[in-house]
Amino acid sequence: MLNNYRPDLNSFLIWLVAILVAVLPIMMLWEIARDGLPHLTLSFLLDEPSNAGRSGGIFPMLVSTFWILGVCLLAVIPIGLGCALYLSECIQAENPIARWVGLSLDVLSGVPSIVFGLFGYAIFALHLGLGFSIVSGGLSLACMVLPLFIRTTEHALRSSPPAYRQAAEALNLSFLGFVARILIPSASRGIAVALIISIGRALAETAVLIFTAGYVTRMPSSLSDSGRALSVHIYDLSMNVSGGQNNAAATALVLVIFIILINIFAHRMSRRWQT
Amino acid sequence: MRTNRFVQISLKVSALLAASVLLFILYFLVQESIPLIKTLGMSAFFQGGWYPLEGEYSLTPMLLGSLYVAIGALALAAPLGIVVAIFGQFYAPVLLGKVYRGMVELLSGIPSVVYGFWGLTVLVPWITYWVPPGTSVLAGIIVLAMMVLPLVVLTADSAISSVPRNYIRSAQALGLARWGIIYRLVLPVALPGILSGIMLQSGRALGETMAVLMVTGNVVQLPEGLFKPVRTLTANIALEMAYAVDSHRIALFISGLLLLLMTVLIVSIAHYLKGRRFA
Amino acid sequence: MGKINLYRFLSVSWFLLALSGCGQSNTVKLTLTGSSTIAPLVMELGRAFEKQQPGTRVDVQTGGSSRGIADIRAGISNIGMVSRSLKISEKDLFPHTIAYDGITLILNKSNPVNVLTDNQIVEIFKGNINNWAEVGGPNKGITVVNKAEGRSTLELFLNYFKLENRAIKADVVIGDNQQGIKTVIGNPWSIGYVSVGAAEYEEKHGSAIKLLGVSGEKASTTAIKQGHYPLSRPLNIVTLNKPEGIAKAFIDFAQSSNAAAFVEEQYFIPINAH
Repeated sequence: MLNNYRPDLNSFLIWLVAILVAVLPIMMLWEIARDGLPHLTLSFLLDEPSNAGRSGGIFPMLVSTFWILGVCLLAVIPIGLGCALYLSECIQAENPIARWVGLSLDVLSGVPSIVFGLFGYAIFALHLGLGFSIVSGGLSLACMVLPLFIRTTEHALRSSPPAYRQAAEALNLSFLGFVARILIPSASRGIAVALIISIGRALAETAVLIFTAGYVTRMPSSLSDSGRALSVHIYDLSMNVSGGQNNAAATALVLVIFIILINIFAHRMSRRWQT
Repeated sequence: MRTNRFVQISLKVSALLAASVLLFILYFLVQESIPLIKTLGMSAFFQGGWYPLEGEYSLTPMLLGSLYVAIGALALAAPLGIVVAIFGQFYAPVLLGKVYRGMVELLSGIPSVVYGFWGLTVLVPWITYWVPPGTSVLAGIIVLAMMVLPLVVLTADSAISSVPRNYIRSAQALGLARWGIIYRLVLPVALPGILSGIMLQSGRALGETMAVLMVTGNVVQLPEGLFKPVRTLTANIALEMAYAVDSHRIALFISGLLLLLMTVLIVSIAHYLKGRRFA
Repeated sequence: MGKINLYRFLSVSWFLLALSGCGQSNTVKLTLTGSSTIAPLVMELGRAFEKQQPGTRVDVQTGGSSRGIADIRAGISNIGMVSRSLKISEKDLFPHTIAYDGITLILNKSNPVNVLTDNQIVEIFKGNINNWAEVGGPNKGITVVNKAEGRSTLELFLNYFKLENRAIKADVVIGDNQQGIKTVIGNPWSIGYVSVGAAEYEEKHGSAIKLLGVSGEKASTTAIKQGHYPLSRPLNIVTLNKPEGIAKAFIDFAQSSNAAAFVEEQYFIPINAH
C-alpha cells in the first residue's frame, strides 16, 4: 500500500533510518552465526552436555525449554484470551473494572524480570511446594508474559470491524458462536502476532528461570523436575564457564532458528484461519 | 447478542485473575520490605550513600540511574520504531517489508544476555576507544533501545495495519501526498495503539536487568554524564541478591518495591493523558 | 492435504518430544544450592557420582553463597556450595573443602606495565594513582575494575590488601569473572582481579589479558599448588550436621583423588595437591 509513489526527501530519510536501525542488530546476529555455526552439528542438538557444557550437546535443554514453554502457554492462552475478550467485548472502556484491569496489566508489564524470579520462587517453589521445577518456571513466565499477550490480543480483537458484530446481532448468533467462528478468525493475524511476541519474550527470559526452573542439565523426566532452559544455558556458558563462549554462540543460534520456525508456524496457522 | 451466564462469568474470572497477579506481587514485595521500613523509616532510603554492609541504604543514585537509562532508551527507540513501522508498511516493497518484519519478530525473542554480551564485547570497547571507561549510560541506552525497538515496531505495525484501508484509499483518491496521508491520517488514527505499545515497553525498559548489568558499569553514583557509569536498581538486585543477608536483602526488596511504585506512577500518568486526549 | 499432514506431523513430534523425557523417579535425590562459581564443578562431580551409584540424582541449583547457607538451614537443600571460608556466624556448620581458587590481578596485554607492587595496587584502587604514567606506563588514565559487594572474591581482596570497600574508587563494577575478563579485554588501560584459573585459561587461549601476581609472586595454578601464592580461597560444600548417607558418600567422592581430574578440568586447584 502506498509504495508506488515517486521517491522524495521524506522517503530518502525514512529509508536511511530503516537501514541504519537494522545495522546494529544484523551485526549482532552475524556474530552469533559466525561464532556458533562451526559448533552446530547434529550431535550438538542430540547429545547431553558434558564438561560443564563446554562439549557435548544441548538436547536436555531443548526438551526443558519445550516443556517450560508449553506450561507457560497452557496458562497464558486461556486466561489471556478470556481477559482480552472480556475487555474488548463485554464492558465499555470507561467502566472502572476495565480501567483497573488495564492499569494493573500495564504496571505488571513493568515489573523487573528479577522480581518475577524472586516472586516465582517464593510463591510457586516454596509456598505451593513445587520446588525447582518446570512447572514453577512455566507459571512464573506466564505471569510475566500475560500483560503482553492480553494487550496485544485485545487490540487485535478491538480492531475487528463493527459490522461483523452488528451482523452477528442481527442474525441472533450466540456470543460463543460469534467469538469462535467470526471474531477470532478475523483477528487471527493479530492474535498470531500476540502469540509470537509472548513466546519470544518467554524464550528470552533468563533471570526468572534461574530461580524457578533451575540449573540442572539432566533430561527432565517429569514436569516436577528441574530443567535448564536454553536462555539459562546461554547465560551460564557465556558468563560463568571459562571457554564456554563458543557453545554459548551455538546455543544462541539454535534459539534463533527455533524462534524463526515458531514465527513461520504461527503466521501459517493464522493465514489458514483468516476469513 | 445471546450469551449465557457461564461464558460471562468465566470471562470475568479470567480478567480478574489476570489483574490479581499484580496484587500478589505487590503483597509479596511489601511483606518482604516492611521489617526494614519499620526500623529505618522511609527517608533513610534517600539519604547518604549505598553502603549496605555498613547500614547505609540510599537508593537515590540508582533510581536516577534507572530513570536516565530507561528514558534515554525510550526517547531513542520510540521515534525510530514508529519510523521503521511506517517504512515496513508504506515505503518498502512488499517482500522487503515482510522480511524486515520477520527480522524484527526474531529480534524480540533474543535473550537479554545475548544483547548484553554483545554490548560488553563489541559496543563497550567502541565507546572506550572514544571516551573511557566505556561502560556508561550511553552504552546502557543503546543496548536497551535495541531491546525495546522490536516490540515498539511490532505494536506500531499492528496498530498501523488496523487503520481501515478505505481511509487511505479515500485520501489517495483526493490526491494527497504520501507523507501527508501518513502524518495526518494514518498516524493519528493509529496513535492509541502505538502509544499503548510504547507504554508497555517503558515497563520493559525500567525492568530490564541482565543487559544493563553488563554494560552500564554498575558504579553506585549519581549520574554524572552520558559517558559515566551508573548502576540501575535492577542491576543492583541482580548483583547483590545472591550474596545479601538480613537487612541488606530486605533493602534490595525495597528497591524492587520502589521500581514497582515508579511504574505505577508512570502508567497512571500515561492513562490519565490518554483519557484526556480521547475523552 | 499436505498442510494438514504437516500439522499432524508437528503435533505428533511435539508430543513425542514431550514424552521422551518420561521415566520413573523412585531414586534418591541429593540437592545442592549456592555459589555459581562452584556449580559447574559440582555438576560434573554429580554426574560422575550418578554413574558410580545408580539410582541417585544430584541436582545443582545456583543462587549465591548466602543462598547456599540459607537453604541448608531451612532444610530446602542437603548441601550448600560456598565459595569462601565460613564466617563466625556460620561456625556451627560443617564445611568440606573440595578445591582451591586463587585471585590474580589482570591487565590488558597491550599495556606495557608488567609489575606492580602491593602498595601501588592499593593506591590505584584507592584512586590516588590514576594515570599509568605514575607506575611506569604511558600517559593514560587508569580504569579500575572492582567486584560487587558481598562477593567472596571482593572480601578476599579487601582482606589481603587491608582495604575497606568504601575506600575503593572504582570505574566499573562487575559481577562474574567472565564479565571482569571481558571488560579488561575491551579496555586497554584497565586493571581488575579475577579467579586465577579463569584468567590462566583465557591467557592460554589467546585472550588479550595477562596475569599480574601479588607481593612479587607470579600468579598461576602451579604456584598455588606449590603453596607459594598468598591470595587464595577454599571452595567449600557445607552441611548442617555431620554428613551421613548419600551426602557423606558424595562428599567423600568429591574429596577423593578421583575427583582431582574434575577439579582441574574446571580450572581450580585440587585439595590433595597441597
